[in-house]
Amino acid sequence: MALADATAFPYGLRVLVVDDDPTWLKILEKMLRKCSYEVTTCGLASVALQILRERRNKFDIVISDVNMPDMDGFKLLEHIGLEMDLPVIMMSIDGETSRVMKGVQHGACDYLLKPVRMKELRNIWQHVYRKKMHEVKEIEGNDSCDDLQIFRNGCEGLEERGLFMRADSDTMRKRKDVDKDHADQDSSDGATVKKARVVWSVDLHQKFVNAVNQIGFDKVGPKKILDLMNVPGLTRENVASHLQKYRLYLSRLQKQNEERILGATRQDFSHKGPPDNLNLRNSFQEQPSNGANGFQHTSQKIQAQSNMLDPHLEDTKIVVPLKVSDKNGTPVSDVIDPQNVPSASPLGGVLSFERMPLNQDRKPSETMILECQSWSGNVPPKQFMQYPKHNHERCDLLGDYSCLPKPDLEHPITPGNLYVPPPLVSMSCSMEGDVRDFSDVKRDLLGCMKSLSPALTCTVDSVSAQLSDSVVTSTNNDPKFSSVEGLSSSKECLFDPARNQTTLLNSEEASIICGTDLACLPDDLSGYQLQGIGLNNIDLFQCNDAMMLHGLQNNWYDDPELSSEIMEFPLLDECLFA
Amino acid sequence: MDYSSLRRQAASMKKSLFDQGYLDEQFCQVEDLQDETSPNFAEEVVTLFFKDSARLISNIEQALEKYPKDFNKWDAYMQQLKGSCSSIGASRMKSECMSFRDYCAQGNAEGCMKSFQKVKREHGVLRQKLEAYFQLLRQVGPSGAATRPAM
Repeated sequence: MALADATAFPYGLRVLVVDDDPTWLKILEKMLRKCSYEVTTCGLASVALQILRERRNKFDIVISDVNMPDMDGFKLLEHIGLEMDLPVIMMSIDGETSRVMKGVQHGACDYLLKPVRMKELRNIWQHVYRKKMHEVKEIEGNDSCDDLQIFRNGCEGLEERGLFMRADSDTMRKRKDVDKDHADQDSSDGATVKKARVVWSVDLHQKFVNAVNQIGFDKVGPKKILDLMNVPGLTRENVASHLQKYRLYLSRLQKQNEERILGATRQDFSHKGPPDNLNLRNSFQEQPSNGANGFQHTSQKIQAQSNMLDPHLEDTKIVVPLKVSDKNGTPVSDVIDPQNVPSASPLGGVLSFERMPLNQDRKPSETMILECQSWSGNVPPKQFMQYPKHNHERCDLLGDYSCLPKPDLEHPITPGNLYVPPPLVSMSCSMEGDVRDFSDVKRDLLGCMKSLSPALTCTVDSVSAQLSDSVVTSTNNDPKFSSVEGLSSSKECLFDPARNQTTLLNSEEASIICGTDLACLPDDLSGYQLQGIGLNNIDLFQCNDAMMLHGLQNNWYDDPELSSEIMEFPLLDECLFA
Repeated sequence: MDYSSLRRQAASMKKSLFDQGYLDEQFCQVEDLQDETSPNFAEEVVTLFFKDSARLISNIEQALEKYPKDFNKWDAYMQQLKGSCSSIGASRMKSECMSFRDYCAQGNAEGCMKSFQKVKREHGVLRQKLEAYFQLLRQVGPSGAATRPAM
């Protein structure tokens, strides 16, 4: 990328200045020229837009006054954001917080107060730099889904971040600033490294949904939503893309039957689903019993974390310990036969999805498509079998499963059908156990890594998923919303599996990371991460937690439809049935 | 009169403009931008300011005469003028613009009128003083602008 050339950049940065005040225009022009920037000035917002349209890619950044006679500066900002996606710096004479906030919400990368000083302008290249870095990542990351990109950003940027990450740690939803100059992996620990771009956490979703409801579906627009949400750092574009997803979801909903009974059905289901459980059990039984102790521990932690969990979930957890004994009792040798694989297929599907987030994080450099292909082709059914080797507690799985039932009730699925939701849940449960275990069992994991790596990753993913799931259910009143996210996440998942294979080595780390995130863990885990793995995983994880996970889980939970979509993916089928 | 005494005179004139609150630090910023590629930059900017601010003032004048009173419009115009004042650091004028806007917010038309007259007066006074200042600087030569008043 051109930016890498430190000798040339930021000299010659192409700046368009828009201000209706000729005096200011003259001063700003002079100041910017003194910064060695290439300056174009323009006194009208409409003219600025015209210039930008006619000379596409001829500017790096725009500095615009807020108050202009022909067009509101925010409007201009919006246009620029939509059409050119250039960084825009707003400026105005008064610095009322509400106004500055509005600018930031509309996507301004900075907001300067007049009188603007040279020293402020000297530094504006950073916005261009930051943006370019994001773009590079996005290109590498495949544009299929935003979430993926986010992950990628997190991964790739790790080395480059440093100070920046810390600064941003407070504002999780803010776009991640990636600064190559401050690369030091040592400095970042799990907590400090935050997501790239906007993470649509449950809270944020809720705000979004509330805003949409308040405005009314007919009248919603990204800007209105943004204003209502009033979340610092959130941009119009963020909301716009989210709204798009949300609309997709809603349209899908309309088509769906109205029979759904969200709350009631869930509970009913919690008790059902024995057949599915059996399958799951088989697959999971293979797992070693190591995790039993660890499992309980982890589960407790999780509960503590998520006060919000649905009653069902809690119940399931309680149930878990009992079941655990059974599973432990089952001999490892009972491991599922290859033939059994088909029955387990649902799980496989689930697994693949769950894996996605982790995978993405790991190997940013590789193209998504390639990875996917490799995965589908290479991954043998055996992986599932291997899976059990790790310390996963089946009990957990069962308990979770009971919670999931809802999808089953609504859409009874034959064993043949790959019903994703239940398996997912179970997976997540197992993960919890793993989390704790992993820290303890590091050595074992390392030893088994090569062979098991796929399995490990799966488990890890599932864990994360579960956490998110629980959170989502509790927090999210709007099942629809969750489902929407799920869609995107599911896509991501598809891609991920391939990566898992490639990045097998990292799986350990990933698992560990997951554990920390979920349970909020602990010193041991965090320490481990730092030593062995690298910041990348951590970052990814966090991202996953916030965005991906709940999306996935939600899908499983609430949206049978979503699951069906997932099923459609060729990758899954191949993996499972191959 | 030699150059040094002219220079001293310009410096003291500028200092008094600061002392009396006509100008603020922004004016120095503008002067600092002056370099060999644009040796008269400050004067050019100030000239531009007076030209543009005269336009804005006449806009406001017309708006004030219109009926019904549109305080929002008044305020918007005055906001423009205030922004312009900030460009060269015309501090007294700027603060008068602010009080005009306060009157607007109160819906006090009479206050606005009075305040506007003050703005115009400040504008005129500043113009006079700065013209004299730059005239002096022209006699001194380019180096004269560099002296800063003690703040």
